[in-house]
Amino acid sequence: SNHVIAKSRFWYFVSMLRRVKKAHGEIISIKEVFETRPGVVKNYGVWLRYDSRTGHHNMYREYRDNTVAGAVTQCYRDMGARHRAQADRIQIIKVQQIKASDCKRPTILQFHDSKIKFPLPHRVTKRKSVAKFATRRPRTH
Amino acid sequence: MYQRLVQIGRVVYLTKGPDAGKLAVIVDIVDGNRALIDGPCSGVARKVVNFKSLQLTKFDVKIRHSMRTGNVKKAWEEAKVSEGWGKSLWAKKIAQRALQSNMNDFDRFKLMKAKQMRSRIIRTEMGKLKKTQKKTTAKK
Repeated sequence: SNHVIAKSRFWYFVSMLRRVKKAHGEIISIKEVFETRPGVVKNYGVWLRYDSRTGHHNMYREYRDNTVAGAVTQCYRDMGARHRAQADRIQIIKVQQIKASDCKRPTILQFHDSKIKFPLPHRVTKRKSVAKFATRRPRTH
Repeated sequence: MYQRLVQIGRVVYLTKGPDAGKLAVIVDIVDGNRALIDGPCSGVARKVVNFKSLQLTKFDVKIRHSMRTGNVKKAWEEAKVSEGWGKSLWAKKIAQRALQSNMNDFDRFKLMKAKQMRSRIIRTEMGKLKKTQKKTTAKK
Protein backbone atom coordinates (compact mmCIF):
# COMPACT_ATOMS: atom_id res chain seq x y z
CA SER A 1 0.00 0.00 0.00
CA ASN A 2 3.06 2.24 0.14
CA HIS A 3 4.25 2.51 -3.45
CA VAL A 4 7.20 4.74 -2.60
CA ILE A 5 8.77 2.21 -0.26
CA ALA A 6 7.79 -0.62 -2.60
CA LYS A 7 9.81 0.92 -5.43
CA SER A 8 12.74 1.63 -3.13
CA ARG A 9 12.82 -1.94 -1.85
CA PHE A 10 12.49 -3.21 -5.42
CA TRP A 11 15.71 -1.45 -6.39
CA TYR A 12 17.40 -2.61 -3.19
CA PHE A 13 16.72 -6.28 -3.91
CA VAL A 14 17.14 -6.16 -7.68
CA SER A 15 20.56 -4.52 -7.39
CA MET A 16 21.59 -7.35 -5.09
CA LEU A 17 20.45 -10.02 -7.53
CA ARG A 18 21.21 -8.52 -10.95
CA ARG A 19 23.60 -5.94 -12.31
CA VAL A 20 21.11 -3.06 -12.48
CA LYS A 21 20.52 0.03 -10.45
CA LYS A 22 17.81 2.66 -10.33
CA ALA A 23 19.72 5.06 -12.55
CA HIS A 24 20.00 2.41 -15.28
CA GLY A 25 16.58 0.86 -14.95
CA GLU A 26 12.95 1.81 -15.24
CA ILE A 27 9.97 0.52 -13.33
CA ILE A 28 7.28 0.02 -15.94
CA SER A 29 4.41 -0.98 -13.73
CA ILE A 30 3.67 -1.18 -10.06
CA LYS A 31 0.53 -2.87 -8.84
CA GLU A 32 -0.60 -3.89 -5.41
CA VAL A 33 -1.12 -7.63 -5.06
CA PHE A 34 -4.36 -8.17 -3.17
CA GLU A 35 -5.18 -11.19 -1.07
CA THR A 36 -7.16 -13.85 -2.94
CA ARG A 37 -9.12 -15.02 0.10
CA PRO A 38 -9.10 -12.37 2.85
CA GLY A 39 -12.16 -13.96 4.46
CA VAL A 40 -10.24 -16.98 5.78
CA VAL A 41 -7.68 -17.06 8.58
CA LYS A 42 -4.44 -18.69 7.46
CA ASN A 43 -1.09 -19.69 8.90
CA TYR A 44 1.94 -18.07 7.33
CA GLY A 45 5.58 -19.12 7.51
CA VAL A 46 8.04 -16.26 7.07
CA TRP A 47 11.67 -16.89 6.25
CA LEU A 48 13.82 -13.86 6.87
CA ARG A 49 17.34 -12.61 7.30
CA TYR A 50 18.03 -9.74 9.67
CA ASP A 51 21.02 -7.76 10.88
CA SER A 52 21.39 -7.61 14.63
CA ARG A 53 23.81 -5.26 16.32
CA THR A 54 26.59 -7.85 16.07
CA GLY A 55 25.82 -10.05 13.05
CA HIS A 56 23.36 -11.39 10.51
CA HIS A 57 20.92 -14.19 11.29
CA ASN A 58 18.36 -16.30 9.45
CA MET A 59 15.00 -16.94 10.99
CA TYR A 60 11.84 -18.85 10.38
CA ARG A 61 8.76 -17.39 12.04
CA GLU A 62 5.07 -18.23 11.94
CA TYR A 63 2.08 -15.90 12.07
CA ARG A 64 -1.67 -16.23 11.86
CA ASP A 65 -3.49 -13.67 9.76
CA ASN A 66 -6.03 -13.42 6.96
CA THR A 67 -3.68 -11.75 4.45
CA VAL A 68 -0.05 -12.13 3.44
CA ALA A 69 0.49 -8.40 3.88
CA GLY A 70 -0.97 -8.60 7.38
CA ALA A 71 1.31 -11.48 8.32
CA VAL A 72 4.39 -9.63 7.04
CA THR A 73 3.37 -6.50 8.93
CA GLN A 74 3.04 -8.63 12.06
CA CYS A 75 6.51 -10.01 11.34
CA TYR A 76 8.10 -6.57 11.14
CA ARG A 77 6.41 -5.46 14.36
CA ASP A 78 7.35 -8.72 16.09
CA MET A 79 11.01 -8.49 15.01
CA GLY A 80 11.15 -4.91 16.21
CA ALA A 81 9.67 -5.88 19.54
CA ARG A 82 11.56 -9.09 20.22
CA HIS A 83 14.93 -8.36 18.60
CA ARG A 84 14.96 -4.58 18.21
CA ALA A 85 15.43 -5.17 14.48
CA GLN A 86 14.57 -2.09 12.44
CA ALA A 87 12.61 -2.55 9.23
CA ASP A 88 15.47 -1.54 7.00
CA ARG A 89 17.65 -4.26 8.54
CA ILE A 90 15.18 -7.05 7.78
CA GLN A 91 15.07 -8.92 4.47
CA ILE A 92 12.03 -11.08 4.00
CA ILE A 93 13.24 -14.01 1.93
CA LYS A 94 10.00 -15.91 1.58
CA VAL A 95 6.43 -15.82 2.85
CA GLN A 96 4.28 -18.86 2.35
CA GLN A 97 0.89 -19.94 3.50
CA ILE A 98 1.41 -23.21 5.36
CA LYS A 99 -1.00 -25.94 6.31
CA ALA A 100 -1.93 -26.31 9.94
CA SER A 101 -0.16 -29.70 10.08
CA ASP A 102 3.10 -28.07 8.95
CA CYS A 103 3.16 -25.42 11.65
CA LYS A 104 5.85 -25.70 14.27
CA ARG A 105 5.43 -22.85 16.72
CA PRO A 106 3.33 -23.57 19.83
CA THR A 107 1.84 -20.06 19.89
CA ILE A 108 0.33 -20.81 16.48
CA LEU A 109 -0.54 -24.44 17.17
CA GLN A 110 -2.61 -23.48 20.19
CA PHE A 111 -5.18 -21.86 17.88
CA HIS A 112 -5.58 -24.99 15.77
CA ASP A 113 -8.71 -26.12 17.53
CA SER A 114 -12.06 -26.15 15.75
CA LYS A 115 -13.84 -26.01 19.12
CA ILE A 116 -11.63 -23.31 20.58
CA LYS A 117 -13.18 -21.22 23.29
CA PHE A 118 -11.93 -18.93 26.01
CA PRO A 119 -13.33 -16.16 28.17
CA LEU A 120 -12.14 -12.58 28.31
CA PRO A 121 -11.11 -12.44 31.96
CA HIS A 122 -10.50 -9.18 33.78
CA ARG A 123 -11.91 -7.13 30.93
CA VAL A 124 -10.46 -3.64 31.10
CA THR A 125 -12.31 -1.44 28.63
CA LYS A 126 -11.79 2.23 27.94
CA ARG A 127 -14.63 4.01 29.65
CA LYS A 128 -15.28 7.31 27.97
CA SER A 129 -17.34 9.12 30.58
CA VAL A 130 -15.88 8.07 33.91
CA ALA A 131 -16.06 10.00 37.17
CA LYS A 132 -12.85 11.21 38.72
CA PHE A 133 -13.60 9.56 42.07
CA ALA A 134 -15.53 6.38 42.78
CA THR A 135 -16.51 4.42 45.83
CA ARG A 136 -16.45 1.02 44.15
CA ARG A 137 -13.91 -0.79 42.03
CA PRO A 138 -15.09 -1.37 38.45
CA ARG A 139 -16.70 -4.64 37.42
CA THR A 140 -14.41 -6.44 34.98
CA HIS A 141 -16.39 -9.63 34.27
CA MET B 1 -17.82 -18.42 36.32
CA TYR B 2 -17.44 -16.82 32.91
CA GLN B 3 -20.74 -17.38 31.15
CA ARG B 4 -19.88 -15.83 27.81
CA LEU B 5 -16.93 -17.26 25.95
CA VAL B 6 -15.15 -16.23 22.80
CA GLN B 7 -15.92 -19.14 20.49
CA ILE B 8 -16.79 -19.82 16.89
CA GLY B 9 -20.46 -18.99 16.56
CA ARG B 10 -20.63 -16.44 19.38
CA VAL B 11 -22.72 -13.42 18.46
CA VAL B 12 -20.90 -10.21 19.29
CA TYR B 13 -21.93 -6.57 19.58
CA LEU B 14 -19.54 -4.15 17.90
CA THR B 15 -18.69 -1.08 19.95
CA LYS B 16 -16.16 0.80 17.84
CA GLY B 17 -15.68 1.81 14.25
CA PRO B 18 -18.15 2.47 11.45
CA ASP B 19 -20.14 -0.66 12.34
CA ALA B 20 -20.63 0.33 15.97
CA GLY B 21 -23.94 -0.84 17.35
CA LYS B 22 -24.30 -3.81 15.00
CA LEU B 23 -24.22 -7.53 15.65
CA ALA B 24 -21.86 -10.05 14.06
CA VAL B 25 -20.77 -13.66 14.50
CA ILE B 26 -17.27 -14.90 15.31
CA VAL B 27 -16.38 -17.07 12.32
CA ASP B 28 -12.79 -17.83 13.25
CA ILE B 29 -10.17 -16.81 15.77
CA VAL B 30 -6.96 -15.28 14.44
CA ASP B 31 -5.01 -15.11 17.67
CA GLY B 32 -5.33 -14.07 21.28
CA ASN B 33 -6.43 -10.57 20.37
CA ARG B 34 -8.35 -10.79 17.11
CA ALA B 35 -11.25 -12.64 15.57
CA LEU B 36 -12.68 -12.92 12.08
CA ILE B 37 -16.28 -11.76 12.26
CA ASP B 38 -19.14 -11.64 9.79
CA GLY B 39 -22.59 -10.10 10.03
CA PRO B 40 -24.50 -10.81 6.81
CA CYS B 41 -27.88 -10.12 8.40
CA SER B 42 -26.80 -6.89 10.08
CA GLY B 43 -24.71 -5.28 7.35
CA VAL B 44 -21.27 -6.03 8.77
CA ALA B 45 -18.68 -7.05 6.18
CA ARG B 46 -16.49 -10.05 6.86
CA LYS B 47 -13.38 -8.73 8.58
CA VAL B 48 -10.84 -9.17 11.34
CA VAL B 49 -11.44 -7.13 14.48
CA ASN B 50 -9.79 -6.85 17.87
CA PHE B 51 -11.63 -8.23 20.90
CA LYS B 52 -11.38 -4.77 22.40
CA SER B 53 -13.87 -3.42 19.90
CA LEU B 54 -16.55 -6.00 20.56
CA GLN B 55 -18.68 -7.25 23.42
CA LEU B 56 -19.91 -10.82 23.79
CA THR B 57 -23.64 -11.46 23.81
CA LYS B 58 -25.39 -14.51 25.17
CA PHE B 59 -26.42 -15.66 21.70
CA ASP B 60 -24.85 -18.51 19.77
CA VAL B 61 -25.05 -19.57 16.15
CA LYS B 62 -24.22 -23.09 14.96
CA ILE B 63 -21.44 -22.58 12.44
CA ARG B 64 -18.17 -24.28 11.65
CA HIS B 65 -14.93 -22.36 11.49
CA SER B 66 -14.32 -20.27 8.32
CA MET B 67 -17.84 -20.85 7.04
CA ARG B 68 -18.75 -18.74 4.04
CA THR B 69 -20.98 -15.70 4.40
CA GLY B 70 -23.97 -17.39 2.72
CA ASN B 71 -23.95 -20.28 5.16
CA VAL B 72 -23.41 -17.94 8.10
CA LYS B 73 -26.53 -16.07 7.02
CA LYS B 74 -28.53 -19.32 6.91
CA ALA B 75 -27.35 -20.37 10.34
CA TRP B 76 -28.09 -16.88 11.73
CA GLU B 77 -31.65 -16.96 10.42
CA GLU B 78 -32.15 -20.49 11.74
CA ALA B 79 -31.00 -19.46 15.19
CA LYS B 80 -33.32 -16.40 15.00
CA VAL B 81 -30.66 -14.18 16.48
CA SER B 82 -32.15 -10.86 15.35
CA GLU B 83 -35.49 -11.61 17.04
CA GLY B 84 -33.82 -12.88 20.21
CA TRP B 85 -31.65 -9.78 20.33
CA GLY B 86 -34.63 -7.47 19.86
CA LYS B 87 -36.30 -9.04 22.90
CA SER B 88 -33.23 -8.82 25.10
CA LEU B 89 -32.88 -6.23 27.85
CA TRP B 90 -29.63 -5.01 26.32
CA ALA B 91 -31.25 -4.09 23.01
CA LYS B 92 -34.19 -2.48 24.81
CA LYS B 93 -31.81 -0.35 26.90
CA ILE B 94 -30.00 0.78 23.77
CA ALA B 95 -33.31 1.77 22.17
CA GLN B 96 -34.33 3.56 25.37
CA ARG B 97 -31.07 5.50 25.49
CA ALA B 98 -31.49 6.49 21.85
CA LEU B 99 -35.03 7.71 22.53
CA GLN B 100 -33.95 9.69 25.57
CA SER B 101 -31.09 11.40 23.79
CA ASN B 102 -33.41 12.44 20.94
CA MET B 103 -36.01 14.01 23.22
CA ASN B 104 -36.80 17.65 22.73
CA ASP B 105 -38.12 19.96 25.43
CA PHE B 106 -41.76 19.13 24.66
CA ASP B 107 -41.02 15.40 24.99
CA ARG B 108 -39.36 16.00 28.35
CA PHE B 109 -42.40 17.99 29.45
CA LYS B 110 -44.70 15.17 28.40
CA LEU B 111 -42.47 12.68 30.27
CA MET B 112 -42.62 14.82 33.41
CA LYS B 113 -46.40 14.98 33.22
CA ALA B 114 -46.65 11.24 32.63
CA LYS B 115 -44.43 10.56 35.65
CA GLN B 116 -46.50 12.95 37.77
CA MET B 117 -49.70 11.18 36.73
CA ARG B 118 -48.24 7.76 37.53
CA SER B 119 -46.93 8.76 40.95
CA ARG B 120 -50.26 10.45 41.72
CA ILE B 121 -52.10 7.20 41.03
CA ILE B 122 -49.64 5.22 43.15
CA ARG B 123 -49.85 7.71 46.05
CA THR B 124 -53.64 7.71 46.11
CA GLU B 125 -53.73 3.91 46.18
CA MET B 126 -51.10 3.89 48.91
CA GLY B 127 -53.15 6.41 50.86
CA LYS B 128 -56.24 4.23 50.56
CA LEU B 129 -54.29 1.18 51.77
CA LYS B 130 -52.93 3.13 54.74
CA LYS B 131 -56.44 4.33 55.65
CA THR B 132 -57.85 0.80 55.65
CA GLN B 133 -54.91 -0.39 57.73
CA LYS B 134 -55.42 2.45 60.26
CA LYS B 135 -59.10 1.51 60.54
CA THR B 136 -58.29 -2.15 61.17
CA THR B 137 -55.62 -1.30 63.81
CA ALA B 138 -57.97 1.25 65.45
CA LYS B 139 -60.68 -1.41 65.70
CA LYS B 140 -58.26 -3.70 67.49
